Formats: sequence, structure tokens, C-alpha cells
Amino acid sequence: MHELAITQSMLDIVLEQAERAGAKKVGKINLVVGELTGFVEECVKFYFGLLAENTIAEGANLNFTSVSPQARCRSCDKVFELKEYDWTCPKCGGSDIEITAGRELFVDSIDVE
Amino acid sequence: MEVKILKNILGANDQIAERNRMLLEQNNIFTVNIMSSPGAGKTSLILQTIKRLKDKTRIGVIEGDVSSSIDAEVVGREGVPVIQINTGGSCHLDANMVSNALNNLPLTNIDLLFIENVGNLICPASFALGEHRRVIISSIPEGDDKPFKYPVMFHDADIVLLNKIDLLPYVKFDSDAFSRALRSINEKLEIIPASCTSGEGIGEWLSWLLAQMGGS
Repeated sequence: MHELAITQSMLDIVLEQAERAGAKKVGKINLVVGELTGFVEECVKFYFGLLAENTIAEGANLNFTSVSPQARCRSCDKVFELKEYDWTCPKCGGSDIEITAGRELFVDSIDVE
Repeated sequence: MEVKILKNILGANDQIAERNRMLLEQNNIFTVNIMSSPGAGKTSLILQTIKRLKDKTRIGVIEGDVSSSIDAEVVGREGVPVIQINTGGSCHLDANMVSNALNNLPLTNIDLLFIENVGNLICPASFALGEHRRVIISSIPEGDDKPFKYPVMFHDADIVLLNKIDLLPYVKFDSDAFSRALRSINEKLEIIPASCTSGEGIGEWLSWLLAQMGGS
């Protein structure tokens, strides 16, 4: 995946919001990453280390909250966890599903001084 | 102190995609995002469609590749307006790239726009471009298990064109297994088996396309 571009977008959001809050330093960044996005934490951390140099986010701790994939069956309304290789509804066996969780990719909050 | 942000990292792309969509609708342009692995037949499908439809509808094309203008040149020879986007390393098109391309197309002279995405079955799924429909081309030589390997991509498709069926006698491919795999990801997905080389199935593809255009 292209973690470099995504990490840059994430850093842009963090720096903009930190500036708005009048912060001098960003200590921690809380991220929510759905498992279906395929983003690899280690790659994000690696690129962040490079991109955040000489910004107030340099050295910030990245905290990832992972979200498991979940879906709602449009046929019977059952909400269930999406498993690898099997996206069929465990109740009615249909696969007309709406993905309700697992595609999240957002900056939840930051800790600043 | 904690500063709550709750900002979608891909939110900026989604906003631009929405603006693209509005611009396309203002100009009555039906837009199709065509995605597949490299070499599955995106350009071939576009060429076949242009050859058969260009007297009935005004077609425009946005070509996306990491580099080269090979596809845009081939499409350009059919006499339709085409823009080549070179992403220079990015593995997918994004809404901003498409926005720039739209600024360079004669929108008032286009009814049907194809956006040929970069060959990739992973990343394009996350980047809305402003399209009305998403078409995935899967091809016989790639094997029948692709829906299991790229479920998000296949789930998001509006239709799957299974290309290169002329190669079925020569390559191991279980059509029923492919169909089952796809149904387990999204039971509503229609498969159109086709061959851009022999022409088989292209009529069905065109019927689907025209019905989608007519219905929108």
C-alpha cells in the first residue's frame, strides 16, 4: 500500500489541527485504522519518522486502534464479523452485504502541549 | 491536553470526488471507472467500446498510468478526446488528478467518459474519483480465486467483466469456482464473460453499459 502518501495526509491534518489549537508540540497521535484498508502500522511509523522531522510532531508517539471488519446483511439485517474467504451472512447465507466497519482511516485525536 | 480531531484521512479526496461528480452531472456525462490488474484488458475494452459506440454516443477517455502515454496514443487514434495522467509513482488515480484532467477535456462534447485506472486491484478501491459506476475486469490467465484475494475491490464493483475467455482451452480456470467466489463477496454482482480479441460477450457489455447510461 502507499503508506507514504497517507502518512503525509495524516501529518498535514495533525499539523493543521495542532496549529489551530495553538500547540507547541504534538506528543501523541491517536489513529483509527480499519483492517480492510490494508495499512501496515510499521510502514506508517517508518514514514512518519521521516516526514515529521523538523515539525512540531517530530518524535510523536503513534497509537493505532484497529477496527475489525463488520457487515450488515441487506437481506435479513444481521450484523456480523467479516471473515477471510467468507463474506456470506451466517444467518441467511446471502452475500448482499453492506460493509459497516473495517474501512476507517482517521485521526481520532492528538495530545499536545 | 487532548485535541479531538475525528478527521478522515481520505476526506480531502472524497470532497474532490464529490466536486468531480457534480461537474460531470452538470455536463450530463456518465462516468465509468475501469479497474483491473495490469494487462487484464482495460484499454482493449475501451477500444472495443469506442469502435462500436462512437457513432451513437460521444465518448471521452482519461487514461491513468505510472508513466508513458502508450494507452492515450492508442485511444487517441480512434478520434475521441483523451487525456493521459501520469501518476509518476502513485499506484492509483485520485480525485485531484481526475479533477485536473477534467479541466482539459471538452466536457460539453462528451456523453460517456471512461476513466482507465492504474493497473492495481488494491489501492484504487479506496479512492473515489467522482464516477457513476465501477467496472472490474478480471481475466482468465489471472486465475479463478481473485475475488477471495481482493474482496474489498470486488465488493465495490458494479459489474465484473471476465476477459480473455478465448484462452479458456489453454489455461487452468474454473468458471464455476470464480462465480462462487464472486457470489460469496457480493451476490448481486453480474459477470459478463467476454473476449476483447474475439468480440464474444462485448454485445452484452454494451447492453449493460447503455442500460446504465439510460437509467441514470
